[in-house]
Amino acid sequence: MRRRHVLPGFGLSLGYTLLYMGLIVLIPMSALAMRVFSGSWEHFWQTVTDPRVVASYRVSFGLSFLAALLNGVFGVMAAWVLARYQFPGRRILDAMVDLPFALPTAVAGIALTAIYAPNDWIGALLEPYGIRIAFTQIGIFIALTFIGFPFVVRTVQPVILQLSAELEEAAACLGANRWKTFRRVIFPALLPSILTGVTLAYGRAVGEFGSVVFIAGNIPFETEITPLLIISKLEQYDYSGAAALGFVMLCASLVILLISNGLQAWNNSRNGTA
Amino acid sequence: MPGATSIHINNRQPLRATGDSLAVRALLIGATLVFFLLFLFFPLVVVFEGAFSKGGAAFLETFRDPYTRHSILLTLVIAAISVPLNTVFGIAAAWCVTRYKFRGLSFLITLIDLPLWVSPVIAGLLYVLVFGAQGWFGPWLREHEIRIIFAVPGMVLATIFVTFPFVARGLIPLMQAQGMKEEEAALTLGANGWQILWRITLPKIKWGLLYGIILCNARAMGEFGAVSVVSGHIRGKTNTMPLHIEILYNEYQFASAFAVASVLGLLAIITLILKTRAEWRAEQELRASSFSTAP
Repeated sequence: MRRRHVLPGFGLSLGYTLLYMGLIVLIPMSALAMRVFSGSWEHFWQTVTDPRVVASYRVSFGLSFLAALLNGVFGVMAAWVLARYQFPGRRILDAMVDLPFALPTAVAGIALTAIYAPNDWIGALLEPYGIRIAFTQIGIFIALTFIGFPFVVRTVQPVILQLSAELEEAAACLGANRWKTFRRVIFPALLPSILTGVTLAYGRAVGEFGSVVFIAGNIPFETEITPLLIISKLEQYDYSGAAALGFVMLCASLVILLISNGLQAWNNSRNGTA
Repeated sequence: MPGATSIHINNRQPLRATGDSLAVRALLIGATLVFFLLFLFFPLVVVFEGAFSKGGAAFLETFRDPYTRHSILLTLVIAAISVPLNTVFGIAAAWCVTRYKFRGLSFLITLIDLPLWVSPVIAGLLYVLVFGAQGWFGPWLREHEIRIIFAVPGMVLATIFVTFPFVARGLIPLMQAQGMKEEEAALTLGANGWQILWRITLPKIKWGLLYGIILCNARAMGEFGAVSVVSGHIRGKTNTMPLHIEILYNEYQFASAFAVASVLGLLAIITLILKTRAEWRAEQELRASSFSTAP
């Protein structure tokens, strides 16, 4: 490998980085892969296609998708408002965007459960109408929306800030009204970042555990998420079963990661920034 | 993964001549406010309301409980071990990723992001498969009476796994934007590598570093899923604050659960304030620096 830079420390910093990641990530990951590949294929297939497990995929992947879509709408709106408008409290709202990231998931989990449980706050308001949120799929959906929100805002906001004013002015000069300008000029420019943000929110939601497990109620076939099934297999000392489910989720995460990397490359080529 | 984890360096622009009408503004600001109040502020308020729902005395009583105290201590210990380790790693990783070009560079950056994508439960599972009773080193560890899983070392490892990207992610965009002209100048003046690191680079990146450390610490103290898998939930031994919250909550001691949660809620607020401040200072310094090259 040819050194192209004059600064010292290449070997040390790269070596340390690789050693650390090898110990923390690669060895444990290969333990998972070994566990999966050393077991029998039938057992693996049986575990990952068990009806209860398949139902949990539907909950984890399906509700994460819906939550990411809702974040796509509200996240873009919030990013637009925070980037474009001046109003009292804007800086506080801007800082609050990252709350789902800073607030420990277990805290978010019990707080959301308290809000939407049938005898509390919003849950009590809706109970007379027969609407239940906590311990149903709607509750999981709300927790996943909470957890994914910052990703869309923080991906779209910088792109809005970098939009060139001339394009909008040109559109206005050519007679486009504001809505048409948004639809034909602004939205296409934001689209790659919106898709990236939604993918990121989706990726985060799929693996989420702490904020979901309290509000879910964890009813088999209905509100059981896949990470919870991994834990219950571990509690029964079914290491191979847990490894099989972990492997499936890990592969899903890698696919989402690849998609988001592709979208980010598209986003960067559109906007000329890294 | 951009977004919530990587530092933002924005060039804020003034408002445009082609703005939205007042009605559109009012509508969008209103809808955003409602969303924020309902989804972000409300949960935070509920945490503090729940903490004091049985009065200040009950709140304080929670923290006289030895199990609660132990959970706070263990949370601090785990953060005190994992955050410095990840800080050193973050500096080394950001240095080699932004100062040199080599094959596999972008793959390495992707690999650094990996823990942000992996379910925390899987992070815990990985260590169980390595160190657990039926894991790779399980029999050897049992022979030598070393406990890693269902003990503090495993919890530290799981925490390191989920938090190691944060410092690197705080530094990489900043160091890319700053360039390395100062470092190269120092080199020509005869400084060695360590002198460059201590005298030039660290002062240059201090706000980005602080940003990464704050997020790393917040996640380390608040981690639930990964730690839950490897902890075994032994009260007074392997319970961190988030795990203690779960136990109290499942025992219907709601006021106590929210009391402990309110401490972590306060930590989240402090994290947001410091993070916003660090981001702002990094942006300011980057703009002020005459050496800086636009990304």
